Amino acid sequence: MNNGKKYQQDLLEGILSADENISLMEVCGTHTMAIAKSGLRQILPPHIKLLSGPGCPVCVTSQGDIDAIIELVQNEDIILVTFGDMMRVPGTRSSLQEERSQGSDVRVAYSPLDALRIARENPQKEVIFLGIGFETTTPAVGLTVQQAREEGVKNFSVFSVHKMVPPALELIFSDPEIQVDGLICPGHVSAVIGVEPYEILAQKYNRPCVITGFETLDILEGIYMLIKQKQKRQARAEIQYRRVVKPEGNPVAREVIARFFEAVPARWRGLGVIPDSGLKLRDEYADLDARKKFNITEMEEVPIKGCACGEVLMGKIMPAECPLFGRGCTPLQPVGPCMVSHEGSCAAYYRFTPAKGRS
Amino acid sequence: MKHDRILLAHGSGGLMSQRLIDEIFKKAFNNDIMEPMLDGAILDLPAGKLAMSTDSFVITPLFFPGGDIGKLSICGTVNDLLACGAQPLYLSTAFIIEEGLPISDLRSIVASMAETARQVGVKLVTGDTKVVEKGSADGVFINTTGIGIIPAGIDYLPQRINSGDKVIVTGNIGDHGLAILAQREGLSFSTPVLSDCAPLYQLKDMIDKYQDAIRCMRDPTRGGLATVLNEIAVQAGVGIRVKEADIPVSVAVQGACDMLGMDPLYMANEGKMVIFVAAEAAEDFLNDLHKMSQTENAALIGRVSPEPAGMVLVETELGAERILGVLEGEHIPRIC
Repeated sequence: MNNGKKYQQDLLEGILSADENISLMEVCGTHTMAIAKSGLRQILPPHIKLLSGPGCPVCVTSQGDIDAIIELVQNEDIILVTFGDMMRVPGTRSSLQEERSQGSDVRVAYSPLDALRIARENPQKEVIFLGIGFETTTPAVGLTVQQAREEGVKNFSVFSVHKMVPPALELIFSDPEIQVDGLICPGHVSAVIGVEPYEILAQKYNRPCVITGFETLDILEGIYMLIKQKQKRQARAEIQYRRVVKPEGNPVAREVIARFFEAVPARWRGLGVIPDSGLKLRDEYADLDARKKFNITEMEEVPIKGCACGEVLMGKIMPAECPLFGRGCTPLQPVGPCMVSHEGSCAAYYRFTPAKGRS
Repeated sequence: MKHDRILLAHGSGGLMSQRLIDEIFKKAFNNDIMEPMLDGAILDLPAGKLAMSTDSFVITPLFFPGGDIGKLSICGTVNDLLACGAQPLYLSTAFIIEEGLPISDLRSIVASMAETARQVGVKLVTGDTKVVEKGSADGVFINTTGIGIIPAGIDYLPQRINSGDKVIVTGNIGDHGLAILAQREGLSFSTPVLSDCAPLYQLKDMIDKYQDAIRCMRDPTRGGLATVLNEIAVQAGVGIRVKEADIPVSVAVQGACDMLGMDPLYMANEGKMVIFVAAEAAEDFLNDLHKMSQTENAALIGRVSPEPAGMVLVETELGAERILGVLEGEHIPRIC
């Protein structure tokens, strides 16, 4: 047995020997995916619970925002550029994928800079980049805005549905209905925001937070560290993912976010409006803000009938407890976004968990 | 040839078409069957069952690290024939060329087809060329169709797979998918990833030697290893259990996939075969694979079980089991 394997075994034994009840929430969609792939949930005893949190950017995008975007792409002068994960998310009546098949120009990109290139190549069209994601993806969008401004590209704008993670975590900790004893905190987001936001949360709500990497070994170590803290009645913010996350985070990336964006209240699917949790382009970049350029008003939030994505995102129920899970809602024909996004918790449970282990 | 790009006139059927065919295709594919330039190829086939397979290639970019659309168009069809247990013999090819394609590109694509066919020992015996207006294709689309003879006694149908059979993959998976993604999206990695694009002609000897002990073969192209295993589980009505730790993936591909949030199990391969082998022959089979250059990284990744029929399960590094499902829609990198 090599060292890694031995250490993994030790960690697993340490975790399994914890006899106290504990509920931990993995905040990030990438963790949800990694945990589901590792099969960890199936080998944990029932008193050690892993809940999935609101850390999948596609899943928490509000129905209203998606409807507004779908309405935009019906304008034939508009090219919408977005990350692939958004294509299949159902709006109230349609999805971007369906709109594309009916002639809308929706393109999938890997970088916001691709959208700027498309704008340069199509000067007669309006090119909108759908900016989605947390603190990890926002800086690149900020720099794209800067480049658009410097080059004087007039037919480019950003529809920002960017959000910040800490305000949502605060909401979860402060909700008495949600029993979460500690947080498995996102690795990539924390590489930007650093440990401080979690220190504030850990202290205020007296619950431990551990910034964790994405390998199985990372996740085991993160869970072990959380359990140890709980056993010692501690509530600190710690970094397990030290090879990537520095305590101070990435100040340069944060400065870029602050330079181009300001915090605004934002509607999260299932969580409602959270103060200071959204990011909109600052007024000096209003000409590059698609919401202003196209005069987008807040759309009404029409809930999807029977869909419990909201409760799933808050860790109130497990995906399989949703009445639609695996019946009316599957990855092939998703009803709610948690089943669409490949980092959505419903999709992760559905794809990886054998039927007997789903409940 | 005076022009350095393909013009619509090259597809007119007139003198320019004739020159293009003579100077590029005929010269490269040169063989006695094509030579008389009849309306079709006339073939003298040995007795036995015939396998036939067709594939169209529409890849962007046309040239990628480790290959090009020409090489790919031969490998794809040849590997499909081999998967049927056939010895590939003859190929046809059809080109749909977008007006404006540099003739030098066409020349290198055709040269690489000819070279790959020569390696395998197959002949390109008939073909067709069309030129379409700019915007109606993407550089060039190539179709190849191939036939091969299946030796007597060979019958690689999924229904022959039995509980207890072993699952072998002939090398590292995911290289082609990642190489194409990286090239297309301008991603560069410190260790460059090359497409594994290769015609698996060395397997011909394995078919000769092992015959019946090989139950079934399939090349895990689009959709990757996961998709092929699922197809076979359904067609054979068996369960397939693979061990995650035993699936060969190069460090570069695994690292890049982790970073992008992608799964090598779903990435395309163009020079790999998934082979179901009778349990008692598996060890020798694997040892023989290791002796050949194309399959030196082959690995035994799992086994066939009666249950759960139609499903693939992965044993994770924690010893838990998870479903290995089919891909729904596109395989895309994560957002954050």
